[in-house]
Amino acid sequence: MKRWIEANSWTLGLAVLLALLLLATKLIQPGFGASGLDSLARAALPFALATVGMAIVVIAGGIDLSIAAMMAVASVTGAVLMQGATDLQSVVIVLCVLLLGLAMGAINGLLIVVSKVPDIVVTLAMLFVWQGVALLILNAPGGGAAPWLRSIAAGGLPLPGLDWLPRGIVFLAVVTAAIWLPIRRSKLGLRLYAIGSDALAAFRSGVPVGQTRIAAYALCGLFAALGGLSVTMGTGIGEPIPGPYLLASVAAVVLGGVVLGGGRGGLLGPILAVLILRTVRMDLTLLSVDPNVAAIIEGSIMVAVVMFGAVLATRGRRT
Amino acid sequence: MPETAAVLDATGVAKRFGAVQALKNASLQVGPGQVVALMGANGAGKSTFVKILTGVLKPDSGHVRIRGRESTVTNPAGARKWGLVPVYQEPSLIPDLSVADNLRLGDTALEPFRHWVAELGLPDLDPEAMIRSLPLASLRIVDLARALAIEPDVLLLDELTAALPTDLVERVLRTVRAQADAGRSVIYISHRFTEIAAICDRATVLRDGLTVGDVAIEPGIEERIVEMMLGGAVAAAMTETRPAGAASTETPRLSVRNLKTGTRLTDVSFDLHKGEVLGVVALEGQGQDELFDTLAGQRKASAGTVEVDGAAQTFTHPADAIAAGLTLVPGDRAHALFMSRSVRENIAVPLLARFRNWGAIRMADEAAKVTSAIETLQIDTRAQGEVRRLSGGNQQKVTIARWIAKGVQTLLLFDPTRGIDIRTKRQIYALVRDLADQGAAILYYTSELAEIRLACDRAVVIFNGRVVDVIDAKDADEQTLMRAAYGLTEKAPA
Repeated sequence: MKRWIEANSWTLGLAVLLALLLLATKLIQPGFGASGLDSLARAALPFALATVGMAIVVIAGGIDLSIAAMMAVASVTGAVLMQGATDLQSVVIVLCVLLLGLAMGAINGLLIVVSKVPDIVVTLAMLFVWQGVALLILNAPGGGAAPWLRSIAAGGLPLPGLDWLPRGIVFLAVVTAAIWLPIRRSKLGLRLYAIGSDALAAFRSGVPVGQTRIAAYALCGLFAALGGLSVTMGTGIGEPIPGPYLLASVAAVVLGGVVLGGGRGGLLGPILAVLILRTVRMDLTLLSVDPNVAAIIEGSIMVAVVMFGAVLATRGRRT
Repeated sequence: MPETAAVLDATGVAKRFGAVQALKNASLQVGPGQVVALMGANGAGKSTFVKILTGVLKPDSGHVRIRGRESTVTNPAGARKWGLVPVYQEPSLIPDLSVADNLRLGDTALEPFRHWVAELGLPDLDPEAMIRSLPLASLRIVDLARALAIEPDVLLLDELTAALPTDLVERVLRTVRAQADAGRSVIYISHRFTEIAAICDRATVLRDGLTVGDVAIEPGIEERIVEMMLGGAVAAAMTETRPAGAASTETPRLSVRNLKTGTRLTDVSFDLHKGEVLGVVALEGQGQDELFDTLAGQRKASAGTVEVDGAAQTFTHPADAIAAGLTLVPGDRAHALFMSRSVRENIAVPLLARFRNWGAIRMADEAAKVTSAIETLQIDTRAQGEVRRLSGGNQQKVTIARWIAKGVQTLLLFDPTRGIDIRTKRQIYALVRDLADQGAAILYYTSELAEIRLACDRAVVIFNGRVVDVIDAKDADEQTLMRAAYGLTEKAPA
């Protein structure tokens, strides 16, 4: 138990911070309730899915700058194909878009492993490629989304007593757990952490480093596709211009306790970090703070929290 | 030669990297139930040979057979399938995973692992402990126990006992010998003759990429092995000896007492006087890197004192060491030079690294100093412009030239002639001598033993993190140095 608390202290700290922030929201805006929570969840969903994808790649010792562009490709592909499709067709389309995400991620990973060009360079190049692809498919926001898809993340849970819990949060938790938990418990999960922690030691321990790296990028692509679909879910159309998901996801990954460079951290921390960053933004809007000032405050919070964590970590090691 | 068929048989292995022929014709045979030592001086090709045996590198020619079949190993995981399990110098464990997860990563069963960990002297090891939180000695034990749990036919142990405390070394040696007695084969790489004498049956000796001998271990064999490692080099290079400088009684320029840092450098003391060139002799990884890093302010000492001109010093930054007159010329030129900048800028950098020169650069002054440094060193500047276009020898001269332009008091040279042609080497010896004659104090580590006589007044020999001998240049023939470097001349501790 003590070991578990120690190992997850960062995540627990983030959970407390989020609870405090939600409490503060309630104080600022006494009317904040189920509908407020719902809009927070809907705004946070694409950011959270992007962050999960980015976190997996960062844990494996890489980075993917093309994540927002892949989200745009997934969003427009889904929206264009779904326009006028039946429910059954749209289910197939959604599955195809998820496969497309896996494929885009795998291409990123393959290029990095085969070319041996640094990941940051390859994915920067692929950012432009995927951006171009998205605009080729749809050069202005448009297309459609199946009604069932739109209702997945809108409103509260249709259960008595739990109707305050936003579907967006439940969707995020279910999807992430369904994909990540089996992987985390499998050999692939160990290998992802292993190559991020020390690629040479992993190679010497018999880990297929290249394949594992490709798998990490493919998973990132899968979550990018989910994120792109969630954009379409929220707006009902496809968005060919990527949103500010790249930098936001890196920020949440760092704030969430995943070490840039790899090997350490989990997915819960980054998800909590996304919610924290979105709540801060919402609170600042509620307090009618100038958006430019709000951006400065958000950035300062990030540096302060990460620094605070580093100080705590060094203290802990000394005692 | 083994009477029974060899379990592992490597014959005629050769490997070239660009212009360097790392291995010419290396062979190694290990029979069942044998522990065979693989020996060779620095640069003899041991690491390349190990990489080929474990499949990390592909040989250009020659073959490796395991149990009579041609090895098709292409990576460490493949080597394991063939029954060959290596334990490397640096533990190959994942720092951010627990011990148990590291075992799962390589499909190694926990129960036999626990047995071996206990056998090797760590019965209390917690399998849930993070690798990152364990001390280096425990990591080596974990790495070895993991290898033993796999029950390999051939165990390859590379400098396993470096940085292990004595009691663990004994247990490790006993366990390794027991493996052989149970019929397995062990390749044992070590610089320590006492360990080799204790557990090895035979020794295969490499020199310049060639297998030059394969001898049974028996009392007194050490001398022969040293001779084989040196080869013809003993006879050569005896021509140019220089008189040792008069021993000085004044306050030493640099006085090091009981210096300790990390796990490799445990207890080093010496004095370096003005006008003296003090050689440092050590096999790879005996603490010399740590010594130079500490003296240059790149690493903190955990114990011991450093005095410069009689005043105690603590360095927290290389700038502190430079301010105290200690300047390092690192072994890797790439760490010292700004490769894509000009010769002039590279030489001028230390001149500018002061705040009071913050403003405009005094070009005329700089040009004069740089020009004189280039002339002193006879740097071939035909390749005007970027330093990376110069030859290795000329690059090395630039790294030294920059400190001459600044005016040097104490120079720490770390293997300055590695990979340099003989003519440039001689220029560097002459330069080192000139600097000393002008009053500089020079600490000179070299991996080429023959250089001690040519460039130094005295040499301290470091083995296992301690000074084990101090030898006058006139007595410093390669055989003497080699024996000292292997700890053979050390007096038993009182």
